[in-house]
Parts: sequence; structure tokens; C-alpha cells
Amino acid sequence: MSTITLAPAQSLVARQPVTGRVAAAFSDTIDVAGRNLRTLLRTPQALIFATIQPIIFVLLFRYAFGGAIRVPGVDYVDYLMPGVFAQTVAFGAIGTAVGLSADLRSGILVRFRTLPMARIAVLGGRTLADLARNLLVVAVMVGVGFAAGFRSANGAAGLLAALALGVAFGYAVSWGFAALGLRVSDPEAAQAAAVPVVFLLVFTSAAFVPSTAMPGWLQAFGTHQPVNALVTAERALILGGPAAHDVLISLAWSGGMLVVFALLAARGYARMGR
Amino acid sequence: MEGRETVMSDPAIEADGLSKSFGEVVALDGLSFRVPAGSVLGLLGPNGSGKTTTVSILSTALRQDGGRATVLGLDVAADPARVRRVIGFAGQFAAVDPNLTGRENLTLIGRLSRVGRRQARARADELLDGFGLSAAAGRLVRTYSGGMRRRLDVAAALLHRPPVLFLDEPTTGLDPESRFALWDSVRDLARSGTTVLLTTQYLEEADALADQVVIIASGRVADTGTPAELKARFGTVVFYLGFGTPADAETASLVLAAEGYRPERAGTGLKVRSDSGSGAVTAVLRALAGRVPDPVSVSVREPTLDDVFLTLTTQGGKAA
Repeated sequence: MSTITLAPAQSLVARQPVTGRVAAAFSDTIDVAGRNLRTLLRTPQALIFATIQPIIFVLLFRYAFGGAIRVPGVDYVDYLMPGVFAQTVAFGAIGTAVGLSADLRSGILVRFRTLPMARIAVLGGRTLADLARNLLVVAVMVGVGFAAGFRSANGAAGLLAALALGVAFGYAVSWGFAALGLRVSDPEAAQAAAVPVVFLLVFTSAAFVPSTAMPGWLQAFGTHQPVNALVTAERALILGGPAAHDVLISLAWSGGMLVVFALLAARGYARMGR
Repeated sequence: MEGRETVMSDPAIEADGLSKSFGEVVALDGLSFRVPAGSVLGLLGPNGSGKTTTVSILSTALRQDGGRATVLGLDVAADPARVRRVIGFAGQFAAVDPNLTGRENLTLIGRLSRVGRRQARARADELLDGFGLSAAAGRLVRTYSGGMRRRLDVAAALLHRPPVLFLDEPTTGLDPESRFALWDSVRDLARSGTTVLLTTQYLEEADALADQVVIIASGRVADTGTPAELKARFGTVVFYLGFGTPADAETASLVLAAEGYRPERAGTGLKVRSDSGSGAVTAVLRALAGRVPDPVSVSVREPTLDDVFLTLTTQGGKAA
């Protein structure tokens, strides 16, 4: 029951009834997400670059290094692809930092702050759009994986569950990068700050090679971090075998990160006006 | 300050002792002014004087450290959500999305301003038309010129017909044509009863648009008055006469002083202010003709803020 009528908007915007606030916040979030997705589709370069990196990794690891990497009991390409899926969503989340800091620099965030919109919509819309983008890129990667000989031993259900887990992880990390993007009004700087973190997490995990070959101290770090938890769970879901434990650990990471990062991002947004 | 002016109607905007610091930098230092409903206030000041900070606080984008500000009686710090429903804001840089079309930008802002989908569309078309952007409405904003972006930005601020409008240096960086078009829009808005607070670095702009001008420097009110009062004080044009020798310049200075001008001499140059427009040049040259060798150079310009501040800070004292 909207109080906004078709009568000329004489002056004020109608006051939103409390019951309508949640609906309004949802609608604002969708509007902002729609704007971000449109922007994304109109700058396809960004989308293409987001896709090229994981494709190169598939090609490199499948054909250049793959012959030298031996993982017992499994085709290397089947071992590799869950790692690539994790890498894709982790790097994809960096787009959130870049997008928000671009909005910060352009002054659009200041304008949003002066509108009677729901405040959560700026961050909610951004992360939602980035989730959609991650889905798109992951779908492309599945195609690339299949072309390179990847097959899900556990069937479509296992694969889809693994991808869903990955996208959920990417969404949680997006909020972390939203917190970062709000504090850096330079997209290049935001990217430069985010890439090493993701790089470190992805390459100390078992995304491309088993952790067993790493020195003990690195293994200790590499196996106790969220990207590794995701890779392990995705691999279990795709290759088959007991997966519940690994899935729960990854979900716990993603859930925990989501809560902490969302609070940090919300606080960052509130502090912009201080 | 001694004695408050009597206020006929409630002010639409009121700032009372606003202060704001960014770390060590004091941006606002007890700034107070009021804007009567339906009037245009020009906030005039050089870069770094606190104009943007003031507008940001009044439009709820920034929170003050001290003091109080209200818009239509609503406290901007205590009740920002309600203030946002009655204000429009266009910041110093055109905050429009380059990857959306002009129309998409406006409908998005309309939706987020809660005017309803259908109305947002109707209003967007109305504003695009009003700002001469109809032909470009379906083009991506990244193909727009600076002037077009700026107009779109101001249009976005008007989407929900706010009774109070904040414009932060709306014409900075615009070509003269776009500038005048924007001035016309501001005048139209004022005529329709919108209260407008605009910041500017140009005396001329404040003169053209504002009912009342507040000059700020270092986050405080340095002077205030109607454009006519300020013009009388600072002149509308400044012209410079260059002479062959300091002696000639001195003679010319005496001649002009006798004619009622207040020339300032520096070396072979003479600086003369006038509030009767650039036509005064003729009168000055006529007064000098035959009595002093012709000046070797003549240039005319509008007084800059530097002139104003020099006058404000050296009040009465002669610059050597």
C-alpha cells in the first residue's frame, strides 16, 4: 500500500509507513543493483578481463604445468577446476572494491547519501550486482572447464552445489571489499590493495596443487584459511565422497565473514559523513 | 553580532554556529546564516573557505562537529531522513553515472527518491525537456559534454520537486552558454517558490542570482548583504590603466580623485573600481583626455574574489 500517488509531486515525498520500509529497502537495493549491472554490461571490457584471468589459469595449469603435477587417484583437470572456481569468485569479489571506490570518487555516493533512499541499498545493491556478475563468470568457467576435459564425477547436483558454495563465498568476500572500497577513493588503489590479499589466499590454498608439497609453516597457514576451506569443500562435492564436514566448514567461514564484513562495510558507510 | 534582523517568515534554512574540522584543518568555525523561504542565497567564497562543507552538512551528507542546522525546521543531524525528503542536492562534480543514459540516470534518482516508477519516468522526461536534453536523453552520459552532464546533475536534484535546493558551484567549468542556461533554470526555480542555496566563486554569479549574499572566509561569515550592497562596496568592474611614467600615473590619479573616483596607484599602473559597469571606462578616459598623456594600456575585468577579500581585509588601509 503505497502512499505515493499519481498526483503531481507537489512538494514532499510521501512519508513511508514503517511497514513499507523493508519493502522500500528491498526495492532500492534492486534499483541500485540494476544500475550496477547495466554499467557492467556497458563496459564489457571489465567483464572480459574478469573472465580472461581464470581462463588463462585453466589453460596454463591444464596444459602447461598439468603434465608435471601428479595428484593421486584423480585426473588433474578434475582436481584443478574446483580450484579455478574458487579462484574465480575470490578474484571476482575484488570488483566490489573497485566499483564502490569509483562511485566514491565520482561523487555518486554523496548524492545517494542525500536521497531519501534506504541506506543499506548502496552496499546491498552493489554486492548483489557483483554476485550476479560472479555467477556469470563462473558459468563461463564451467564451459571452459568442460572444453578442457573436466567432468563432475558427482554429477550435476554435486557441481551445482559446489558452485553455489563458491558464489556464497564470493558474496561474503564482496562485503569485505565493500568495506575497503568505501575507504579508498581511487579504484586503482583499491584494486592494488585487494589483489595481494586474494593472491596470497588463493596460492597458499590447495587450489592448484596439494598442500602436502608445501613446507610445514606454509601448510599450517594455507590449510586454515577460507579459500582453502572452499576449495576443499568444492572438491569434495565435485569428486564425490563425504562432503558434509568440509561444506559446513566453508559455510561457517562464509557466514562468519559475511557478518563481520557487512558490519565493517555498514560502519564505513555511516562514517563517510563524519 | 549586535542586534538580530527581524525575520518576516520562518527561514527555510538556518545555520547556527556550525563548526567542522577535518583532523587539524578547521573547515567551519562558527558559521551562522539564515535563508528566508522562497529566496536565493549565494554563498560566496574562495576555494577552501568552507562552502562545500557547509552545503554537505545542510544536505545531510556530512555531520557537523558543533552548532545546529535546520531545513524547513527539521534538524539535519537529528532527523536526516526527513530532511532528505525535502531537499535536492547537486554537488560540485556532476554525480551522474556515465554508463547510464540521461533518462536512466533521472529515473534511477527518481525511483530512489521514492516518487514512484511511473511518475519518475514522467518527471524525467519533463526535466530532460526543461534542461534541453531531450535529444540526448537516450544517449549514454559518457558521450555528454561537461555542460550537459552538469545540467543533468541539476535536473537529478529536482526530480522529487524539492522545496529546498542546494547547488554547490553549479557553473564551475561550464562554458558561458551553459552557464547562462543554468542561471535561467535557477531563476525559474526561484520564481516557482523554491528556496535555493548556491555556492559560487564568482561575484558576478551571486549578483545575477542571489537575493542575499553571504561571503565566507576561513569557515566564518566575512560579510553579508544584498548584491546591490556588495556592488556598492566592491564595484562591479575594475579597470587598469598603464602609463608611461609613474609621474603621469600620479597626475592621472589626482585628476580621477578630483572627479570622485578612488584610484589606487602602483608604479606606472592605476587601478580604478566602478559600480557603473564597463561603460565607466569611457567616462574615465574622457576625464583624463588632454590633461595627462594617453595611457599606454587599458584593461577591464570584473572584480575577483581576491579584490573583495583585499578590500575586506585592508578596509580603509591603502595598499602601498
